[in-house]
Amino acid sequence: MKTFFRDVIKRKLKLYWPLIKSLQTGLLLVTGFTGYISVRCPMFHFQQIAGLLGSLFFAISGSTILNMVYDRDIDARMNRTRHRPLPAGKVKPGEALTVGLIISALGLLWAFSLSPMFGWVVFAGLFIDVVVYTIWLKRKTAWSIVWGGISGGMPILAGRVLGLGHIDSIGILLALAILLWIPTHILTFSIRYQDDYRQAGVPTFPSTYGVTGTQRIIAISSIGAAIAIGTGIYALGLSWGYLRLLSVLTVGLVGLSLISLYRPSEQVNFGLFKYASLFMLGSMMMVVLGAMP
Amino acid sequence: MKKLNIADRLFFLATVFLAGYQIVSGIEGFDFWATLFLTVAFGVLLLAGLLLFLFGFEILEKKLVVVVATLAPLSLSAALIFAFLPRYKTLYAFFIGLGFLGIAVTQFKATGKIPVLFLAPVHAVAGLIIFLLPLIRSFGGQAPMSFALVGAGGALMGLGGLLLAFLKSGAPILSRETIFSVFPLLLALTTALFVLGF
Repeated sequence: MKTFFRDVIKRKLKLYWPLIKSLQTGLLLVTGFTGYISVRCPMFHFQQIAGLLGSLFFAISGSTILNMVYDRDIDARMNRTRHRPLPAGKVKPGEALTVGLIISALGLLWAFSLSPMFGWVVFAGLFIDVVVYTIWLKRKTAWSIVWGGISGGMPILAGRVLGLGHIDSIGILLALAILLWIPTHILTFSIRYQDDYRQAGVPTFPSTYGVTGTQRIIAISSIGAAIAIGTGIYALGLSWGYLRLLSVLTVGLVGLSLISLYRPSEQVNFGLFKYASLFMLGSMMMVVLGAMP
Repeated sequence: MKKLNIADRLFFLATVFLAGYQIVSGIEGFDFWATLFLTVAFGVLLLAGLLLFLFGFEILEKKLVVVVATLAPLSLSAALIFAFLPRYKTLYAFFIGLGFLGIAVTQFKATGKIPVLFLAPVHAVAGLIIFLLPLIRSFGGQAPMSFALVGAGGALMGLGGLLLAFLKSGAPILSRETIFSVFPLLLALTTALFVLGF
């Protein structure tokens, strides 16, 4: 009996792991942790940190599963995603919907139990991601990614709110940095898979404004993200050394964006996508290391 | 073209972290300009490590990379001149400014051996400064002995530059495969020696 349950749980975990987009969820957890540490909370608040990461993990994973359930028809039409558990028929939509709702609810309950304000920010992230971005706008306009970006900025704001107790301008600035970084991340991806998106009928920037227009937006948003995170690092009072390091990383990001604009190639585009992820991870590490006592 | 293996990636990551550490730490006693040149030098090492990590050895074939890579020895030597031989700083600033401009123009506009003929003397002067100045100051008792490691790093940087220059000129002294096999370690070791020396 014990072995049976163990096998079932193991099988289910294997099926549900791709449904929570572990890398994306991991990166968002890093931003949430960064927002919390940026308040210069003493590191020994382990219970609060565990609560922060646990509640964010459930809320983000839950919303990702709900998105996957709603978008399963799109996923089925795209080469890149048609092997995912839902379009491939390995997981039933009703079951995934139930799991997504339960995990989301658990995440929200945990978040509200830690602090009502923190709970509301986490709720805003989940609501904007699932309802505004996925259900309402994703199939209607390419600009839906702005709402995806706002939702992506909520974990870092939530982390800061949990550490501070209220919303402040630095928290909003850090969330803005994520919002401005997201086009670099998503648009390079949508250029790479533009045929897939066209086939699925999802409006994207490349299909609406062309690849060159999209690359211009990527370059502009890269500069915007770097300015926002730089201002955030300055406002947090981190040493000049971190601003120097951020400048170096920004030169790489903007340089790659410009090369992608003037000498476009598949390799540069995907390299920019990966560089943008490392840029954000590096920026978050800088805030964490710089804010530590 | 040789594909990156795990060891290559680890060496490139080590380069990134070491250079990042040095940029954040800075050098005590260095003024604004020396710190700026030092940041550019380590910034180029950091970006080189990061871009090689992401794109592989193919980027070494791009002319733009050759031009940008030149900034590392030029800036590092300028940082040393500005910090330790300030009376030559204006002269040296002109030299690296003109040298860099010349390298950039000849890489993109000139053909044949001209780009290498321009690159070699500018690199040689910068390399000699990075190699000799720390050694002279260390053995002369004006700096701690550990500062000599910067000179050792300069020697390795020169070796790496030489290998790549021969590779580009089409007459490699070692096989392409061997050069790419040792390059990641060489880059990480060079950066480590600079960090330890400073």
